[in-house]
Amino acid sequence: MMESYCFMSLDPATVRRIARLARIGIDESDVPALQGELNGILGWVEQLNEVDVEGVTPMVGTGHAALRTRPDVVTDGNCREAVLSNAPDAVGPFYTVPKVVE
Amino acid sequence: MSYTLEGRTGTWEIVVGLEVHAQVISHSKLFSGASASYGGEPNTHVSLVDAGFPGMLPVLNQECVAQAIRTGLGLRARINLESRFDRKNYFYADLPTGYQISQFTHPIVGEGTVEIELADGTVRHIGITRLHMEQDAGKSMHDQDPARSFIDLNRAGVALMEIVSEPDIRSPEEAGAYLRKLRQILRYLGTCDGNMEEGSMRADVNVSVRKAGEPFRTRCEIKNVNSIRYVMHAIEVEATRQIEVWEEGGEVDQETRLFDPARNETRSLRSKEDAHDYRYFPDPDLLPLVVEQAWVDELERGLPELPDDKRDRFVRQYGIPRYDASVLVAEQAIADYYEEVAKGRDARLAANWVTGDLFGALNRTGRTITDSPISAQALGGMLDLVSDKTINGKIAKEVFEDMLETGDSAAAIVERKGLKQVTDTGAIDAAVADVLARNADKVEEYRGGKDRLFGFFVGQVMKAMAGKANPAMVNEALKKVL
Repeated sequence: MMESYCFMSLDPATVRRIARLARIGIDESDVPALQGELNGILGWVEQLNEVDVEGVTPMVGTGHAALRTRPDVVTDGNCREAVLSNAPDAVGPFYTVPKVVE
Repeated sequence: MSYTLEGRTGTWEIVVGLEVHAQVISHSKLFSGASASYGGEPNTHVSLVDAGFPGMLPVLNQECVAQAIRTGLGLRARINLESRFDRKNYFYADLPTGYQISQFTHPIVGEGTVEIELADGTVRHIGITRLHMEQDAGKSMHDQDPARSFIDLNRAGVALMEIVSEPDIRSPEEAGAYLRKLRQILRYLGTCDGNMEEGSMRADVNVSVRKAGEPFRTRCEIKNVNSIRYVMHAIEVEATRQIEVWEEGGEVDQETRLFDPARNETRSLRSKEDAHDYRYFPDPDLLPLVVEQAWVDELERGLPELPDDKRDRFVRQYGIPRYDASVLVAEQAIADYYEEVAKGRDARLAANWVTGDLFGALNRTGRTITDSPISAQALGGMLDLVSDKTINGKIAKEVFEDMLETGDSAAAIVERKGLKQVTDTGAIDAAVADVLARNADKVEEYRGGKDRLFGFFVGQVMKAMAGKANPAMVNEALKKVL
């Protein structure tokens, strides 16, 4: 069977959108270079399309070890000083951030 | 009668699906050992995991999984033995990690169903699409400071169940009935307290409209509605808005909106234009969750009797009408109270007293069944006096009021007030004779065919005997003489 797939390519607008979603400020002059890098990564991943997965059950995950769980017991918390230790602008018991306006 | 809205161009029906966020009852959070209890000092129920410190790893709370499975079983839903946690990425100040751990492509619970009953007795089945586990976010306070928002992470990481319905709901009434039923099931199961005022249960409401027979049109999502009444209002308001948009030749945009109960309108939340691009991917800190069927079976064996089953049993076992049974199973505590009263007694009489006089009294005194001024044993004791004919039904009402006020037992009240029913035929016959003698004219009329006067005679005799006569014996005595 002839398998044909098209190479997915990011345009400059998509590059800018990804940067905004990730809250990364980029210069317009960086866009072409980033576009090239991202397309390189995508092209590499595209190789997976060569694998024939016809009739293979989708995998939930790759690990074979069981997920570790814990009993429902309070063992942590009450460490406000540590929790707030990295906060740049804590006020009393609170973190603060520049006002978030809905 | 199906619910529709009239527009200028004709009749519209509404299509509604609900996403309910229910906070799981647990001691600690979904992925950390910090307390999940409500109302601690700000930022004290927070571990370094919840605060998103680098290198901290989430470890799943086994009991939260059990609670999700119990809820799935209560919704008659499929339990997925393999599920997975994904990261839902978005930026907000009360989400320290920049992602919420949720379940996207492989939720722990699949399709199920909830049976609802409407005021006219119609029974409908609302499909459940899925239930998944996820983390709650922290709380932002915007009114503490002119330039800053304050953040409290006590809620961050608390376990939620998101319960998604199929778009099977067709009226505000059905939406209300669905939410009440869901809350009832959660409370019976003990998996969520269902308290919408405190935010431990909240709903996102998906609404669209269409003409009869059409496929679905574009829907809008109304976020975070926090009472059943508001959900019902929001649906009507939003459906009316969409009908206007369509009828004016416009297009309804798929968007997120907020319901403003004060203005009775919904408003677009355009600020979150990227909000739906969550870039989900499997959380690399967590392996897939695999549960054994044996454990699911064990949890199922531990479930309490669910409201629908209890209702059907009440109808069968106690011979009471389905409506009364529904009312009695509304809360587990009411059902338990009723069964205590009904045990070994006239179950229909018990149902009438509980749903009638007792509920009325609770309403008047602002109490609930758990702090009822009259215990189930006390009410049962009173019904025993009715059954053994110590008092009649009318006197029972008086005794009940006295019990409510004094907390005395029915027997003590009957003794104190001398309310024991008179079954002495001599006394009843004398009273009958006296009443008939004083109302000779009415006796003539009765014998002339005015049957309705019989009730008048009964009333007069009862009055003459201070209400304490046995009504059946009064009837008999009157019939004999007349």
